[in-house]
Amino acid sequence: MSSQVRFTDFKSDKQPTWCPGCGDFGTMNGMMKALANTGNDPDNTFVVAGIGCSGKIGTYMHSYALHGVHGRALPVGIGVKAANPNLEVMVAGGDGDGYSIGAGHFVHAVRRNMDMTYVVMDNRIYGLTKGQFSPTSREDFETSTSPDGTHQSPVNPLALALAAGGSFIAQSFSSDAQRHAQIVQEAIEHPGFGFVNVYSPCVTFNDVDTYDYFRDSLVDLGEDEDYDETDYDQATEVILDSEKEYQGVIYRDDESVPYNERMGLTEDLSDIPSGAPDDAMDLVREFY
Amino acid sequence: MPDDLNWAIGGEAGDGIDSTGKIFAQALSRAGRHVFTSKDFASRIRGGYTAYKVRTSVDRVESVVDRLDVLIALTQRTVDENMDELHEGSVIIYDGERTTMQDLEIPEGMIGLDVPLKSLAEDAGGAIMRNVVALGAACEVAAFPIDNLAESLEKRFGGKGEAIVENNKRAAELGQEYVQEHYDHEFDYDLETTDNDYVLLNGDEAIGMGALAAGCRFYSGYPITPATNVMEYLTGRIERYGGTVIQAEDELSAINMALGAARAGARAMTATSGPGIDLMTETFGLVATTETPLVIVDVMRSGPSTGMPTKQEQGDLNMLLYGGHGEIPRFVLAPTTVSECFHKAVEAFNLAEKYQTPVYLASDLALAVTEQTFPPEEFDMDAVEIDRGNVVSEDAIDEWSNEKGQFQPHLATEDGVSPRAFPGMAGGAHMTTGLEHDALGRRTEDTDVRIEQVEKRTRKVETAREREDWSPREFGDEDADTLVVSWGSNEGAMREAMGFLEEEDVSVRFLSIPYLFPRADLSADIEAAEEVIVVECNATGQLADVIEHDALTRVKRINKYNGVRFKADELADDVKRALGESAEVTA
Repeated sequence: MSSQVRFTDFKSDKQPTWCPGCGDFGTMNGMMKALANTGNDPDNTFVVAGIGCSGKIGTYMHSYALHGVHGRALPVGIGVKAANPNLEVMVAGGDGDGYSIGAGHFVHAVRRNMDMTYVVMDNRIYGLTKGQFSPTSREDFETSTSPDGTHQSPVNPLALALAAGGSFIAQSFSSDAQRHAQIVQEAIEHPGFGFVNVYSPCVTFNDVDTYDYFRDSLVDLGEDEDYDETDYDQATEVILDSEKEYQGVIYRDDESVPYNERMGLTEDLSDIPSGAPDDAMDLVREFY
Repeated sequence: MPDDLNWAIGGEAGDGIDSTGKIFAQALSRAGRHVFTSKDFASRIRGGYTAYKVRTSVDRVESVVDRLDVLIALTQRTVDENMDELHEGSVIIYDGERTTMQDLEIPEGMIGLDVPLKSLAEDAGGAIMRNVVALGAACEVAAFPIDNLAESLEKRFGGKGEAIVENNKRAAELGQEYVQEHYDHEFDYDLETTDNDYVLLNGDEAIGMGALAAGCRFYSGYPITPATNVMEYLTGRIERYGGTVIQAEDELSAINMALGAARAGARAMTATSGPGIDLMTETFGLVATTETPLVIVDVMRSGPSTGMPTKQEQGDLNMLLYGGHGEIPRFVLAPTTVSECFHKAVEAFNLAEKYQTPVYLASDLALAVTEQTFPPEEFDMDAVEIDRGNVVSEDAIDEWSNEKGQFQPHLATEDGVSPRAFPGMAGGAHMTTGLEHDALGRRTEDTDVRIEQVEKRTRKVETAREREDWSPREFGDEDADTLVVSWGSNEGAMREAMGFLEEEDVSVRFLSIPYLFPRADLSADIEAAEEVIVVECNATGQLADVIEHDALTRVKRINKYNGVRFKADELADDVKRALGESAEVTA
């Protein structure tokens, strides 16, 4: 079946209501390509999305999907994967969803290392609520709720993931279509929690972190022959580098064992008998 | 003295009070006696007063009473705390060698048994066994065969090696012998043993057992008193059936994980107490509007806020009935006894899946920590039936799809119950959202679709109201002038109270309400009674409120739910129509 699946099979017949030029178009296309390339099809794929522009992705894609409440998409994905490890689980969200209201879940999802993929569309602004600063906004970023800057340091999502014990940490740029799709594909293929922070520019409210900005400033680690994705120290250096922006797989721990494997989760738990288990009276007799 | 004994051990948290009490309760249960336990405990790990109380009888015991016959007091405070329940003839076992107990004054008429618990324990192999020495002394007082205690000790310490078991048995014997040798007092107890086999468990365990029997294969939760025991029970047992327990980072995560698992097709559950329900409430609405079957257990404790975590209350009813923004279809079940915790858990899963609706299972601290004996048949596993509702087979997915071949998980059917496809089923791929959605699960703001979906979700509850039996549990004299109504853990106490009342020639009809939503219409029952008394563990009478509300004459209503706010002229028309007048107001 997989050989016949094309990325367009993951497209729903709903037309996106994202602004023309929104980075999320490219982000979504890359996700669909990566899913098709890894041999998945809509019926074995579960996409979970949060709230905001990014959260609309479940509607525009065709798969089993849930559009949940703000910041809580990761736990939903963990539940789906635990209940049926045969499913390909992909969680999508924005920088507000993932690093503000959902920051707690993010840290714990990273360290839990369930075999799933988390794509964050990072535009460094709140778009759908019309232009307030986000947790990744620069300190001097002026918005309707930060007229003279945010007065706080931005979250470094990659550092957060590394500190939480991330087993796969990557960054991509929605406009660099092929590279982005390739990075998401690697995240899917990684046995464990594949985290990709995607620069996905907001053309309406963010005139600082623009396509041009990222195009000019991004350094592709894939083009650096000396860069070893499995080298923790190199990854640390790149992640803490405040001078440059990077794309590529920044860190990958090939030794890590995903949570579902550690817990021996292999079964589709939707299959249950029509009555109590045969040995259920043993449960009662334990209380003698 | 009746063959009914109220026994307690009390001391400081960390003194091994719980395990000692449990050993005694198990010894009684294994000797074929009925047991009902209760606990006084504080919210701390060490120190502070704590007690484990056991009531035992050959007949079934449903509640605690205000009487204490034998008390093992490890601290002075234990005696002080229980003074109200102690009576003439009560026996207090204490260690007079202990400096803090040397000045203990045994109240007039009570019997003080000064037993050197620590010294005897050291003779048996270690001071740590002083509680077991006390148990041996208690066996002598109650004329309860010490062999039964020995069996219980084997069960408790068997895993630690034969030497430990033998030392404990010796400690018990030393306690017994000491009382025999030093006190010639004739005690009035003679605890008969029987051949009956009983199991001894608490409400949290019964809920966990019911969940496993009902096919629950995914549990996520966050530790909170008094619900944690549900998670602890399932951990290590759910794996036998391929399932898993995840200890989440918080309650928000716990309910969202359970939601995810349920959408993947597993029977899923989470359990918490009031503060956790608060946190889960946002997602509760999502569960309901995405029509995801989910069982959410609220083991109530004293509120508001963190309140008194280790104390009993039934204060969450309003939250369970009404919690959450918007209008949320739900079921609210409340087990009334420990064994009903099992049965209602099974029922909760069936209701959740048949109607694709969240189900609150409202237990309370009293049920959660009470250990009670039952004949094992009370948990009849053969009688457990699993009804998964309208899950479509892969072959039938087409029948539930639209003309474009898209599966319709929120199709507005006649009974309100839509088809359900599990992820992985070919052709069933669909999304669903917490936004108002159409039959496909996609976002909509179309006023007609909004009405259709609101009515569809409401209709499921109406369908369930018609199809299921929501009757109360009924006790007492059907024709009595006095009607008592209650919910949750009060049932046992009320049933027993009826016995006392009967002796006073007071006849009572008692309805115990296990279904809080939907619930039985009690109007006729209330009309037929001269006096109606509602019994509940809260200050404001939350069940009383809903009963009063239900039994009132119906009022007229104006409803609008298409997503557009009322317009003045339109509303004026509605009002006139409601009053039976013809309407035609022009703006």
